[in-house]
Amino acid sequence: MSRIVGIDLGTTNSLVAYVDEKTGLSRVIPDGEGRVLLPSVVSFTDEGVVVGDAAKRLLVRRPAATVYSVKRLMGRGYEDVKEELCYLPFKVAPCDGIVRIQVGDREVTPPEVSAIVLKSLKERAEAHFGEPVEKAVITVPAYFNDSQRQATKDAGRIAGLDVVRIVNEPTAASLAYGLHRLKAGVIAVYDLGGGTFDISILRVKDGVFEVLATNGNTHLGGDDFDRAILVWLLDDILSKHGVYLGRDSEAMQELRLAAEAAKVRLSTEERTTLTIPFEGFTYHREITRAELEGLIGKLVDSTLGPCRMALADTGLALSDIDEVVLVGGSTRVPLLRRRVQELFGKTPHSQLNPDEVVALGAAVQAHILAGGITSMLLLDVTPLSLGIETLGGIVSVLIPRNTTIPTSAREMFTTSVDGQTVVDLHVVQGERELAKDCRSLARFELRAIDPMPAGMPKIEVTLLIDANGILQVQAKELRTGKAASIEVKPTYGLTEAEVERMVEESFAYAEADVEARLLIETRNEADTVITHVERALRQGADLVGEEERGRIRTALEALRAARQTDDRDRIRELTTELNRATEHLADVMMDAALRGALASKRASEIMESTS
Amino acid sequence: MDHFEVFGLPRRLAVDTAELQRKFYELSRRYHPDFHQAAPPEEQVRALEASAGLNAAYRTLRDPIARIEYLVRLEEGRDTKEGATVKPKAPPELLEEMFEIQEALAEAKAGGLDEAGRAALVVQRDRLMARLGDEETRLVGPLSQGWDASQPAERQRVLAAMKEALAIRAYLRTVIDDLNDALGESQEGYVTYRRH
Repeated sequence: MSRIVGIDLGTTNSLVAYVDEKTGLSRVIPDGEGRVLLPSVVSFTDEGVVVGDAAKRLLVRRPAATVYSVKRLMGRGYEDVKEELCYLPFKVAPCDGIVRIQVGDREVTPPEVSAIVLKSLKERAEAHFGEPVEKAVITVPAYFNDSQRQATKDAGRIAGLDVVRIVNEPTAASLAYGLHRLKAGVIAVYDLGGGTFDISILRVKDGVFEVLATNGNTHLGGDDFDRAILVWLLDDILSKHGVYLGRDSEAMQELRLAAEAAKVRLSTEERTTLTIPFEGFTYHREITRAELEGLIGKLVDSTLGPCRMALADTGLALSDIDEVVLVGGSTRVPLLRRRVQELFGKTPHSQLNPDEVVALGAAVQAHILAGGITSMLLLDVTPLSLGIETLGGIVSVLIPRNTTIPTSAREMFTTSVDGQTVVDLHVVQGERELAKDCRSLARFELRAIDPMPAGMPKIEVTLLIDANGILQVQAKELRTGKAASIEVKPTYGLTEAEVERMVEESFAYAEADVEARLLIETRNEADTVITHVERALRQGADLVGEEERGRIRTALEALRAARQTDDRDRIRELTTELNRATEHLADVMMDAALRGALASKRASEIMESTS
Repeated sequence: MDHFEVFGLPRRLAVDTAELQRKFYELSRRYHPDFHQAAPPEEQVRALEASAGLNAAYRTLRDPIARIEYLVRLEEGRDTKEGATVKPKAPPELLEEMFEIQEALAEAKAGGLDEAGRAALVVQRDRLMARLGDEETRLVGPLSQGWDASQPAERQRVLAAMKEALAIRAYLRTVIDDLNDALGESQEGYVTYRRH
């Protein structure tokens, strides 16, 4: 069997990994510059599409054309996400069915954006192995519903990958740990990433990883922590400087990135300082870990309910849990570790890098599928109950949540009118009693039923959830033995024809060669530096002498001119030079900002002591 | 193949669950689609169906009550979906109490619940949960043993007794769900029975 790689398609970062045949160990594949994490960011520029670190640098400068955290939009409709759209700088227009993102005059769907990330990882793996890579295992949050899984599979296809398996992230992580570190027993995997939360409880025994129950929230993660900080910063800036930045998408991106960086620093430090220069003023603020915890406490606590529900579904007690494993970058937050420890009464494991462990596990699953490992077997479950809408909009559950997959259910249907030749089926997923409160997956039309009196046809419908957690539907008319043809209308998905068109388009666009892309990236980096220097000159010109300003301007003009050419080496060289010429100015400005902050603090202290 | 045959077991209600689990893992290694990725398509389909069948059999047989429900269905030759085997039936000795509970529930629905009413419902609920526990103990204990020990001539009588107990259990679960709903406690702590 040909090579299969494991891919973690994350909200914030994505990775690709494989199992080294010689050592039997999982390895993540770095890019040409040794970077392992590929930021899941895609920017649509006039010169072409940019992905990863290069696109991340465009977040502030081209907010409307740079798409990030697209995983939160996968398999979703406009109604699902409209409340958070005000925080996203790119445009999502109201429409039926799946979310569509407006970038420039182009409209892209979340699977197409994810496909660009996947393609970049595919190329990275191909460069590593020196041969084509066509098959992949891709991970998804365990609590992803059918539409979200299907969207992920579509993304793989658009990227030119045969997605041989969709595997759940916490389960993948347990495989990575399982290789060497897990004893037999019951383990809880707590996985909080950039945008999604999962809890999975597994029994590990004799090489079998049997998931007992899973729960979660596919719309909760580090992004929400950042947003809580962002909202607080907006308020603070308004009260200190009298400026509301909520409608300035460049400033919002700058603040969001600063909030994220501060959150990360506060995982290891007790306090940290934010200094962000804006047009006309420099915002300066100290934030302590206690303040951060006040902002995100509710969000952290909201993960505990799903943990208790998953446990209840297993029928086990807290004391039956032998080990707790933490996965996902957000589990570095100390408050979260404390809460998880309090809930389970155990010190959680986190020896493997929480950013890499899911990809490492995906590689293990890929190796199992390729026949390289026969001692391990993963038995996963479907996270949500699957049912059919019946009379009065009530859901009849055919496959309960936490059923081991693959699984199938049969149900008989008939006609209600004489001569009826088509029967409609509405398949939903969720735990509520009314179909309208559940997730609509698809409407099926069973056709070509021979005309008979009402109630005579016996149509047997088989719903099968495969090992990917994806639904397949078959129907047969029992009297005639004929397979009824089925037309599927996914509620929040791409049709087969749409996916095929996108696959073709992606082949057409794929020809953009590496050199052209590198040139774009180099230009983007030059642009970032130019923007920063221009702003520094506006704000801090009087802090340095005329001669220094002259030197900076000369370097700036040289880079501006070079940027218009195709000479990548020259652009890079001049970017470095401009950076060097501005170093002193940057230092001086930082000192000034710090002095300003100290002065204002002292002033407020004086006020306090006199009042 | 019925669920008992999948595991090579006789149609008896006493099942060694540790052994069942061992056998489930062993059979999973044989049928799971993971191990048939390179096989021809028709063999992959067979593996998928065998694996789905095995999972359904294990889910049913590992749980002593689901095992009884399945057995009743199997003995009656019915092949409907799992679950709805019996019509719920109120326990005869609790009829009077049930009227009171239904009244209290209607009141709670109409005009909310004061502290005293709430406390009364909690007491009722806990009593019904105890009664449910008794019924389940009877099902998995004496009734199951009765089935396994019965002669062919006695089977119909034992089946009828099990169906009666299942009907009472189904009724109690519905009322407990309603009480939890009224108490607003169905979200956490208590697992709702209705969905399973």
